[in-house]
Amino acid sequence: MTNPPVGAKKRLQNMSDNLIIRLYYFDIIAIEVQCVMKVSLFITCLSDAIFPRVGEAMVRVLAKYGVQLEFPKVQTCCGQPAFNSGYWDDARETAKTILNAFEDSDFVISPSGSCTGMIHHYPKLFENDPVNKARAEKLQQKAYEFTQFLVQVLGVTDVGAVFPHKVTYHPSCHGSRLLGVKDEPMALLQSVKGLEFVPLPFAEDCCGFGGTFAVKMADISGAMVSEKVDHVKETEAEVLVGLDMACLMNIAGNLRYRNEPVRVMHLAELLAEGAKLA
Amino acid sequence: MSAKGALGTVKERAELALNDEFLRKAVKFTTERLRNGKKNAAGEHGNWDEWRERGRAIRLHTIAHLDYYLNLFVNNARANGVHVHFADTGADAVRIALSIAERKSAKTVVKSKSMVSEELHLNAALEKIGVEAIETDLGEYIIQLAGETPSHIVIPAIHKNRYQIADLLSEVAGEKLEADTTVLAGFVRKKLRERFLEADIGMTGCNFAIAETGSMVLFENEGNARMVTTLPKTQITLMGMERIIPSFQDLEVMATLLPRSATGQKLTMYMSAISGPRRSEDADGPDEMHIIIVDNGRSLQLGDPEFQELLNCIRCGACLNACPVYRHIGGHAYGGTYSGPIGAVLTPALNKNIAEWDDIANASSLCGACYEACPVKIPLHDMLVYLRRRKVEKGHGNKLEGAGMKGFSTLLGNAKRFRTVVKLGQIGQKLVVRDGGIRTKLGPLKGWNSYRVTPSLPKKSFRENWETLDQQIRADLKEMSPEMKQRMEDAVKRRGQGGGHHHG
Repeated sequence: MTNPPVGAKKRLQNMSDNLIIRLYYFDIIAIEVQCVMKVSLFITCLSDAIFPRVGEAMVRVLAKYGVQLEFPKVQTCCGQPAFNSGYWDDARETAKTILNAFEDSDFVISPSGSCTGMIHHYPKLFENDPVNKARAEKLQQKAYEFTQFLVQVLGVTDVGAVFPHKVTYHPSCHGSRLLGVKDEPMALLQSVKGLEFVPLPFAEDCCGFGGTFAVKMADISGAMVSEKVDHVKETEAEVLVGLDMACLMNIAGNLRYRNEPVRVMHLAELLAEGAKLA
Repeated sequence: MSAKGALGTVKERAELALNDEFLRKAVKFTTERLRNGKKNAAGEHGNWDEWRERGRAIRLHTIAHLDYYLNLFVNNARANGVHVHFADTGADAVRIALSIAERKSAKTVVKSKSMVSEELHLNAALEKIGVEAIETDLGEYIIQLAGETPSHIVIPAIHKNRYQIADLLSEVAGEKLEADTTVLAGFVRKKLRERFLEADIGMTGCNFAIAETGSMVLFENEGNARMVTTLPKTQITLMGMERIIPSFQDLEVMATLLPRSATGQKLTMYMSAISGPRRSEDADGPDEMHIIIVDNGRSLQLGDPEFQELLNCIRCGACLNACPVYRHIGGHAYGGTYSGPIGAVLTPALNKNIAEWDDIANASSLCGACYEACPVKIPLHDMLVYLRRRKVEKGHGNKLEGAGMKGFSTLLGNAKRFRTVVKLGQIGQKLVVRDGGIRTKLGPLKGWNSYRVTPSLPKKSFRENWETLDQQIRADLKEMSPEMKQRMEDAVKRRGQGGGHHHG
């Protein structure tokens, strides 16, 4: 076995920043080109401003498996508040920051099924703009909710967490219904040692958040979140866990309003804390 | 029909419902029973998603070729001796029905359940010309007595409990009836029997119209539709123009989906297919049969890529039973004939005048439970967003909200401005944060904070802390296992082949 010619190696390396070239010399030259995957963090505006601890937990859990997330700072908000309210021009303005941020990413991971779901609406949002529509379609293929990536792509269900508490789970609507993320969080929770899982009655019912719905139809939304919290209380769980900070902020807000001492966590936080990564 | 006809706004009507404990209890009780029934029936039947897909395919195909199948249906029905009428508008349909009643010198009309009749407000129109309309479906009979409109597509009196119903029926009976469902149903059955025998006209709705034979099909549980279609000498069937399916083979799929989705039944107690008036060898049936095919805004959806699927609806009511908003506010809050998620889309869609659409499309958290429950997979949650967009784009949006959204896109359309906004929030919140939470009910926080405590912003946003975190992570990052690398590469490869993960 001899060393590869230096010039050839350099030239090949220069082809792209993302290429690592391994040259093996046996009888003939075989060139194995391996891409280093660019895995990006789509933090979502809510977790960025209000719940940075969730982003941090996600970063630490994924780092345990050698995933080094990169964080493009041009991202802001997916545009869902404007999109859902019918202001699509405004939605496109912020959605473009997401298209720009993740242009070269191979995987785009977010701690929200709802914001990931919003990316799935981008082709429709940009239907009259062929250039951005094509970018949107590409991005849609690459967008994953946190547990989707962890379980479906990496194949991880046991992060080695220990969490000796009574826990219930609220499946957020967009993650579970629009992305079909149902089994992934359950598989992760089942592998946590010491965790006592209590099913949430009427778990699949919306918590009443719905973005601007909670402001515009405040009393209907209030009735919904109050009922959700009634069900959480019925479980007598110490911890409520979920996959979407908007829903969890809504439920936690009502728990706090009623002075109920239930701890509310994103699943990434529970896993990071349980695996002592926090 | 139009939500404008109802009193007040959605918010005001919802307020009434939210303060009505009887209503909320009754609606919760029955919708829970129905949706659990549906879940069990679908599970028992198995392969539910494949059946839904098949149902959707049949509806998509039929609506895409509605002109052809409608024509086939009409030709076959006419060949069977049925008088077929077309009504462009609700007013046209009423006029046709009234002229038949006048020609027959009718004094009473017995009716089986028909949402189209409700859409046309036909009972009131009949009464104006001195014809008494008698609802014979138990739920419809109850709300007719109460002088109300149905609050559910399938269970019209869902908002009433048996005590309220006992009070209503006691008035008719002239004596105190026990609030026992068997007693109450028995009383109504006896009462209605007389009316069936004396009625001049029987009026029905139509669940499905079979193009290949010109037959109309009714699903019911009480046997009243059988009476309506066999005893009176004249039958009038009101049919939405989209009720068509091509063949009896397709009915098998619909008969699998409809009762299970509506009530969790494998099949309703009665399913009647009626192909025409009484033939000489038949023992019973009407001598004269009319079908009024009603458009009333339906054809506006044809060719509209965002709303055509609305015509796929088979009126099972599953979306109402699954809807967490409907659960709390009931049907009347929607302000139209059709309530729940389907009503929130159908009422504005059937109505051309966007300026007059009220806020019903906003009475949804867009949770998608309706889509998940729908036996023909109508994306109602997406349609609600399209309705909101149409209103905004036609310049009928809320001005304050419009300004807010402009501000949103300006501030969040750029990362630097976003960072500044967060920074200002971190500083400015000091005025209102107590004990790590915001409780003020001022301004836009009023509604939200009437039920919640808002979390305060932490000292540093995620992006402010990123460099520190990133350095820590890089310092002891492990090598990824070859197996995981392979899995990631496989995931990327699958995308090109149309695999991977998709929008539900």
